[in-house]
Amino acid sequence: MTGARMSTLASLRDAIRHLEAQTLPQQVERVALGHAGVDSTLQGGLLRGALHEVFATETRQSASATGFAAGMVQRLSNYRPMLWVQQDFAESEAGALSMSGFAELGLDPCRLVLVRVPNAETALKVTADGLACDALGAVVCELWGEMKTFDLTASRRLTLAAQSSGVSCVMLCTSSQPAASTAETRWVVRAARSLSGSAWSAWGEPMLDAELVRNRHGQRGRWIMEWNCDERIFREPAAHSQPLVAAPADRPHPTPAPAGGSVTHLRRVG
Amino acid sequence: MNDAAAAIGLEIGVPVANARAICPDIEVFEANVAADAQALAHIADWCDRFTPLVALDPPYGLFLDISGCTHLFGGEDRMLALVCASLTRQGFAVNAAIAGTPACARALTRAVRSRIVPEGREAAAVEHLPVFALGAEDAVTRGLRRAGLKTIGDVASREMREIAARFGKAFTDMLQEVLGQCDAPISPRRPPPDFMAERHFPEPVATEETIAATVSGLAQKLVVAMERQGKGARRLEASFFRVDGAVRTIAVDAGQPVTHAGLIDRLFRERFDALADPLDPGFGFDLIRLSASRVDAVVQEQRDLDARSQDNDEMAALIDRLAARLGGQRIIIYLPQDTHIPEHAVLAMPAQTHLSKALSAQWPQRCENEPPLRPLRMFERPEEIKVPAASVPDGPPSRFTWRRATHAVVHAEGPERIAMEWWKNETSTFTRDYFRVEDTEGLRFWIYRDGLYESELSDDKGEHIDPKWFLHGVFA
Repeated sequence: MTGARMSTLASLRDAIRHLEAQTLPQQVERVALGHAGVDSTLQGGLLRGALHEVFATETRQSASATGFAAGMVQRLSNYRPMLWVQQDFAESEAGALSMSGFAELGLDPCRLVLVRVPNAETALKVTADGLACDALGAVVCELWGEMKTFDLTASRRLTLAAQSSGVSCVMLCTSSQPAASTAETRWVVRAARSLSGSAWSAWGEPMLDAELVRNRHGQRGRWIMEWNCDERIFREPAAHSQPLVAAPADRPHPTPAPAGGSVTHLRRVG
Repeated sequence: MNDAAAAIGLEIGVPVANARAICPDIEVFEANVAADAQALAHIADWCDRFTPLVALDPPYGLFLDISGCTHLFGGEDRMLALVCASLTRQGFAVNAAIAGTPACARALTRAVRSRIVPEGREAAAVEHLPVFALGAEDAVTRGLRRAGLKTIGDVASREMREIAARFGKAFTDMLQEVLGQCDAPISPRRPPPDFMAERHFPEPVATEETIAATVSGLAQKLVVAMERQGKGARRLEASFFRVDGAVRTIAVDAGQPVTHAGLIDRLFRERFDALADPLDPGFGFDLIRLSASRVDAVVQEQRDLDARSQDNDEMAALIDRLAARLGGQRIIIYLPQDTHIPEHAVLAMPAQTHLSKALSAQWPQRCENEPPLRPLRMFERPEEIKVPAASVPDGPPSRFTWRRATHAVVHAEGPERIAMEWWKNETSTFTRDYFRVEDTEGLRFWIYRDGLYESELSDDKGEHIDPKWFLHGVFA
């Protein structure tokens, strides 16, 4: 066979391989969030190595969206380090990410590397760099305000980068409205009220009202979820998610432990 | 003072009136000491091309330690000629000398234009120079003249102890240095790099590709040199010497010792791309130098089978790249601190230098079966909120206004009382009573009242002051 024919054959084979790669189901790995309703809608859970978007449409909902994104990342990152890319403006407007709060959610601050970036363009560039590094578990990109730079091309680039490395990407967008993108899922997150009825009683675990407004492979929906800080998964809110009688917070235990007796577990405060 | 001035009989130190008498149309300017010092520093930068050891000798002098460098420029005489010619071309009047001790060379420059003194002939070389060439204080120079010692040879011919008795030990020390009898080291402007590689261009280069190719070629050389001694670079500097004398130095840092030329190349590429003030080649660079100014020993580790250490290396490489682009201070890891003051409980450190420490940090365990006690987002500076008088003086507010929106409190828990660290004796601040509150929407805030009722919130006369409330963070 002549050289020219060989190269034609090779290019045809390449073309076929390229077509197959698009149509054949790739090796997909889904991670259950823990909430039964959500997981069944997502057909098993969130896709690893894909782009997910979390929106807080108003500034005051930013902390709830951050909590949801943090929980997602915890599920997706598979105990690998995560890169959190944060626009400077987000820090001054919605508050800095607090590692004490992060640890209180049951997450591990050791595995977090924060990158402060001056603007959205740089944030997207750094995110793409992070997605290319397969030592990472996930990359969170926190943007602020209306996103002119995060367009279809940019999201496509991130999706491809996430697919090829298997690193998941979570876009956390505050004070902005969703625009067209290639994200696998898109969530709009708000705070949800605690269950306990009576005033002046303690609240329980973080409650989130998460609305799935985009799902590339299934239906949409809206659920009230609870983040379980001890088991580090999302849950359906339980009717009695907290002890019926809360231990006194700021007083010493009423009965002193008898000498040589049992060890009393005191609640830590401060 | 230039030749033209010397020809008509002007001297340094002449009063203005006398100078006017000699040359009526002379123009007078105030001396600008700062600009002179800056010009000298620029010349010193430029002189870095000859040797890494350049020391300032203010106000008008420079020392260059050229031990072992002369062969690169074709010998001492050629090097001296090159330095003088280049500086003259830049518009400076130059006197230069090469001698065994810096003090001897300096004395020579005060009297002759250019001179090379062979090793061991210092005393003979300075013999006939006038004493002012020693550069001693005016009083000493005057004293020597008054004593009839006109030349350095005259002074050297006296007994050292006589001179020391009259003019002090500092002077005799200097005299001995000038005569080459003892040597004092110069103090270079910056420490010499541990490793360096450089490339001279007979024809100046200006294109981006050539510059990038040169840097990666130099990186190869540098890595080979470092590898021989088992070292890796932590800080790399690339210096670009422009034809017109300007020098630009660009540095990159690495968290781990770098031993691969490709990595060095990549770090510099990131840095060049991110420069706010891009590299301006002007009429081209005639020398590019790459130096490792900080190196660490490379420890060859056996790889774990679980590939975790390899992951850490990849992380470190990513952080280095980002730091080269954005600056090291923007890539952050967190370390727990042993304090109960919320804003000081976590320390943010540059990830490049503290990555390994962060990965092994021990964070305090959270209490099981407890909702989060600390907010996920915390404001660097707590934001003041408006609170109508609380129904219970010590209790949480029933409503508050934050950022012009009013929130009605539905649930509240607290107070968690946090006293400031009085033993550190900083500015005295009040004790804070923290409350976790939830509003009607389900938003959860961390607010505090600054100061205890009665004990802290009263003025000198015992009158009650309204407390201030702050919002410190928002829970998820």
